[in-house]
Amino acid sequence: MSARPLHKKTYALLASMVFFSSLGNVLLSRGMKQIGEIRDFSPAALATVFVKVFTNGSIWLGILSLLVFFVSYLLLLSWADFSYVQPASAIGYALVAVLGYFVLGEFVSMTRWTGVLFICAGVALVGGTEPRTGF
Amino acid sequence: MRLVLFIAIVVLGGTAGDIAVSHAMKQIGEVHPLRPSVIARVLGRAFRTGWMWIGIALMAVGFFSLLALLSWADVSVVVPATALSYVAGALGAKFLLHEEVAPVRWAGVLLVCLGVALISVS
Repeated sequence: MSARPLHKKTYALLASMVFFSSLGNVLLSRGMKQIGEIRDFSPAALATVFVKVFTNGSIWLGILSLLVFFVSYLLLLSWADFSYVQPASAIGYALVAVLGYFVLGEFVSMTRWTGVLFICAGVALVGGTEPRTGF
Repeated sequence: MRLVLFIAIVVLGGTAGDIAVSHAMKQIGEVHPLRPSVIARVLGRAFRTGWMWIGIALMAVGFFSLLALLSWADVSVVVPATALSYVAGALGAKFLLHEEVAPVRWAGVLLVCLGVALISVS
């Protein structure tokens, strides 16, 4: 196989991974906000929440989205090194904040953006010690 | 405080779940060749392994704690805070598995901690 298609496939799967994991979490968040804050942790109350969770459309879309993420991740790991995939996927922590801001209308302060950037840089460093995947 | 408690459950549940599932899969051995029939047989064996069910239970605890968190907290706080799993990973590698952790890795861990501290006060 020539280097070019693999190169493209790697980027496409990385993008799919980052996008669908962030979207999945945002959809789960939208669903849980629709269900409302869980305050009562008694078994009966949790059973009611459980039913609400699994009859909520956003939650199911979120789970579907996370499944797409997971399949992309597994496929990618079948040829790319974890030490390459993991730092590259750090950008997802920023994307989730961006989606939270635009899709859910969350207020993201300057402090929070700074924190998110620190986390992205930190995660990239943790995994980026030896990127070996040739492409 | 509630935020800290639930983030801790999400991070520790997820990490412990990964370790348990990984342990189960190591008991089963490498999946080879990667054919549907082989994968089906391995899956059949995986679900008869105790560690697999422990892993699944731990991951379920992590997932439902994440849902509970998202019922009141912003996703732009919760998901970045789950990056603490890298901190747990490095500490586990150093103090439980007695592995060498490279200085660059510690620098990353420090950055993640600083970032989480910043978002937790925002």
